[in-house]
Amino acid sequence: MSNLPHELKYSKSHEWVRDEGDGTYTVGITDHAQGLLGDMVFVELPELERVVNAEEECAVVESVKAASDVYAPLGGTIIEVNSAVEESPELVNQDPYGDGWLFKLSDISGLDALLDADAYAEMVDES
Amino acid sequence: MAKQTALYAAHVAEGAKLVDFAGWQMPIHYGSQLEEHHIVRRTAGMFDVSHMCVVDLHGVRSRDMLRYLMANDVARLDGQPGKALYSCMLNERGGVIDDLIIYHMETTWYRLVVNAGTRNKDLAWLAKSAPSFDVEVIERDDLAMIAVQGPEARDKVHTVLGEDAAAVRDLGRFAAAEAGELFVARTGYTGEDGYEIVVPAEQAEDLWQQLRDAGVLPCGLGARDTLRLEAGMNLYGQDMTEETSPLISGLAWTVAFEPEGRQFVGRAVLEMERAQGVTQQLVGLLLEEKGVLRSHQKVIIAGVGEGETTSGSFAPTLGKAIALARVPVGDAGECLVEIRNRQLKARIVKPPFVKNGKAVY
Repeated sequence: MSNLPHELKYSKSHEWVRDEGDGTYTVGITDHAQGLLGDMVFVELPELERVVNAEEECAVVESVKAASDVYAPLGGTIIEVNSAVEESPELVNQDPYGDGWLFKLSDISGLDALLDADAYAEMVDES
Repeated sequence: MAKQTALYAAHVAEGAKLVDFAGWQMPIHYGSQLEEHHIVRRTAGMFDVSHMCVVDLHGVRSRDMLRYLMANDVARLDGQPGKALYSCMLNERGGVIDDLIIYHMETTWYRLVVNAGTRNKDLAWLAKSAPSFDVEVIERDDLAMIAVQGPEARDKVHTVLGEDAAAVRDLGRFAAAEAGELFVARTGYTGEDGYEIVVPAEQAEDLWQQLRDAGVLPCGLGARDTLRLEAGMNLYGQDMTEETSPLISGLAWTVAFEPEGRQFVGRAVLEMERAQGVTQQLVGLLLEEKGVLRSHQKVIIAGVGEGETTSGSFAPTLGKAIALARVPVGDAGECLVEIRNRQLKARIVKPPFVKNGKAVY
């Protein structure tokens, strides 16, 4: 089974969210998702200050195999993007919950709709 | 239930990620498709290609039958047992039923290696002509096939073969020989030197293990696809189909119009197409901006017209995206490719993109 940190929240579309405790929330894709996609070769990140709704397409990760949309797991404003993954997309494979993060949100909404690690694990097992 | 090759257990033991491929459970990678790609470009990798089908044709008139069914001319193999020929098999409309390799075994025996996805229709097509040529068509389910590819591939195979290596050491490109119970061909689908080895199914696992012990690493079909695309080799079903002729698929070189007297299936249509002048061609594209090319993306060439990518991927050797695309004939150095509603610039080049590990566009 893939790695699922308990302090994170998860979306059904395989993003994770970390509450940074200062009103900002960091987003990436789960270990399960990066494993399914395989070696990443291209990441397209959202524009800064873009206001997104929850479940809105806002980034793209492409592996050798396929392109996959990344959805905003929360509504909010994009306040920071991880330009390191644009240069080195393999960070998403190597460290999906750390250096492979994608973007940060503030002024968020919809946190209650997210899954905890156990609920996400259960969803992944059933699919 | 998907079929399993003789090497299925070996793949599972190696931790392969298995996917359905034309009804077979095949390894897409054993951990990292990118690393496997680089292994083949730099040292030696091996692929289980047992899902491909070996078909033997026996009969005094098997040569005649192939001269009738194939767009390339097996007469080019006359007097050269072991020599191989790449050919398209066409339908009456000049469309490609399959692309395959024909080995000249003996005067009355030819061996074909056909694609997994086209196995049944190929066998049916061969069976239709076989009676009138009195040829026996034998599907060799008892054989497995391992492709060993890369700059160090042949040396490593020689080590494993031991004394039997003498039979294959001096093989030229596109030639094959028997080495003990193995049939060893200096062919491949990666743009690197190497062998494709046909082995009795019950010995496949042993051979795989011996190659592994000699330092040949298992590679999945994912890497095989990026390797062949970099090498500018077509994939059946994507770059050519029953609806496209070899003349618009970068395969005109495989159609033997000479000698004029040889009647082969599809000839009339191809002659007409050639006389009228082809209107489309298969070209290589090199994406000049960030992104990844995939199949079925729209290609726009200013002043010439529009076409479509047929295969596309990130090219690990080059670190950028490449594609094959069918576009209208015309002189152009640049085009735009539509990716998710954006138009990105690409350079039009003549495949291959990579040869012997180096960029050649």
